[in-house]
Amino acid sequence: MITAALTILFHGLAFAMVLYIVSVGLGITMGLMNFANLAHGAFAAAGGYVVVMATRSLGLPFWVALPAAFVTVALAGAVVERLVVRTLYGADELRQVLFSIALLFMAIAGFTLAFGPLQQQPEIPAALSGQVTLGGIDFPAYRAFVIVAGVAILAALWLLIGRTRMGMRIRAAVDNRNMAEAVGVDTRMLFTLTFALGTGIAGLGGGIGADVLSITPTYGQEYLVLFLIVVAVGGLGSIFGPFLAALCIGVVDVAGKYLIPEFGAFFIYGVVIAILLAKPAGFFGVRS
Amino acid sequence: MARPIPRNEPVKSLSVSYQGAAASSTWRGLAMGRGGSDLVIAVLLGLAALATLLFGEAYWLLAAQVAITMIFALSVDLLVGFAGIVTLGHAVFFGLGAYAVGIASVQFGWTEPLSALLLAGAVSALLGAATGVLVLRTRGLGQLMLTMAFASLVYEIANRAKPLTGGADGLQGMVVSPVAGLFEFDIFGLTAFVYTLAVLIVVVIFAVLMTRSPYGRSLVGIRENRVRMQAIGTGVQRRLLSIYIVSAALAGIAGALLAQTSQFVGLNVLHFSLSGEILIIVALGGAGRLWGALLGAVVFTLFKDRLSALDPAYWYFWLGLLLAVIVLFAPKGLIGLVDRLLALFRSKEAA
Repeated sequence: MITAALTILFHGLAFAMVLYIVSVGLGITMGLMNFANLAHGAFAAAGGYVVVMATRSLGLPFWVALPAAFVTVALAGAVVERLVVRTLYGADELRQVLFSIALLFMAIAGFTLAFGPLQQQPEIPAALSGQVTLGGIDFPAYRAFVIVAGVAILAALWLLIGRTRMGMRIRAAVDNRNMAEAVGVDTRMLFTLTFALGTGIAGLGGGIGADVLSITPTYGQEYLVLFLIVVAVGGLGSIFGPFLAALCIGVVDVAGKYLIPEFGAFFIYGVVIAILLAKPAGFFGVRS
Repeated sequence: MARPIPRNEPVKSLSVSYQGAAASSTWRGLAMGRGGSDLVIAVLLGLAALATLLFGEAYWLLAAQVAITMIFALSVDLLVGFAGIVTLGHAVFFGLGAYAVGIASVQFGWTEPLSALLLAGAVSALLGAATGVLVLRTRGLGQLMLTMAFASLVYEIANRAKPLTGGADGLQGMVVSPVAGLFEFDIFGLTAFVYTLAVLIVVVIFAVLMTRSPYGRSLVGIRENRVRMQAIGTGVQRRLLSIYIVSAALAGIAGALLAQTSQFVGLNVLHFSLSGEILIIVALGGAGRLWGALLGAVVFTLFKDRLSALDPAYWYFWLGLLLAVIVLFAPKGLIGLVDRLLALFRSKEAA
């Protein structure tokens, strides 16, 4: 009984952390720029592919591949933001949604051509491929690493957003963009940096989470509903909201699938609908 | 026009401003839109349908699919283009309509197609009423999410309720009686084509009349300025809910037609990608213009038939590229291009 509960909690936490790492950037960019980026998952998949290529084809160590995924995807994000996303700030939702779907489709086609339609797994370092024993129960060490990584990224983001000058500007612009501009914040630059940061973290999440959400060309479409749910339930423009939302959704989903498998993903959607109806702006949303 | 025309005003700019004024007037008769684009598209589509009927027996099944997509696109355009409600889960109504006639036929022996069509519309309308009340409480991202969450929920139910829906294998063994007791569904798809075409014509007439009515104009008013519409005494929430239900019913009828003409229902009728695709179709044709949505449905389905036969991955790439180009450079869609072409034509004629 207790073993089952701990197992559910552990795997739920690992799932939640992957959801959080991938989604948090989406929430920040949506809150800051009001841009509904449905292609966010494609950036996460790109990060996953970078880690796969770096560890499998180039033989680089996992610990080098992860920062490489962050940097590559962040750069790609910055380029996309500068070239096209920028022109759609302030456009109506339908156009933003359609454009990001277009981006997503092209990414899916590109990934299929470059890496084939099958699932890809990165090479995991030996130190993480064993088991860890907690309270007399064996857990996969890699998933323990995922949980630690999720908490570390939350802490890093909290420091960045809450304690640095750039974070201060981001918070100011989320609260009131016009006012921030009026007091001299360069929001153009800020938007590019934030978009790059958000997509970069997603890329990191894609790489770290390949064990939980497997890397396939359709990654960005398959898990899109989950990422959007985390953001919508957590609240836009917040870093703690999505964390809480991911915890809820991860644990509820794993528990539901473990205890009543015939109901499948039924629970997660039920919970989401209930939360959104009670709090349309999410847990920590500054606006809906 | 009775308005006096000042002599020194250039004629060209006058005709442009007149066109704009005409488009926003309340009643301009059937199929008459901005600069006659609607009429041109209607005539072209009618000729294409006639030619397919007479000479294109190899394309009858594809044509039936096109007609079904057109009905589905109309239902989404009414919601997204006219009332300004963004949805990423409209496949739920399409799929429910398909499953409604499928299950009615397999489980209850309800094989009469026309009444089954009404049944599908009613079932989808019921779901539309139930979810619409909740979806319309939120706006923006929350609304988008709720439509997606409801669609995912129903997808999951259909996936799990194997005894009723056949799950991932699809619903098999569906029987459909001859239409009106006379026309058996044939292997060439002649009955399927004529049947879906007839339903399409009825739906188009209904949609045109509705969007030209004061009710339809009030929906556009709500899209453009909700607060103002509320201030002048429009029951905004009630109107949005009613169009949500109407749109759900039309989508259900489209789904039912697909089930009847293919005599099979698969889980893909409920899938997220269908919700995305239909939104793309509406944007491709031009959101907020009925004939745009119809044109978009034709172009999209034909392109998909050709390109996805080559390689699905290529198809996704071209679809994405086409969509990006439309969003960035032609936000008014294909019908916007037709508008421009006609305007060009007319200005040349005047010169």
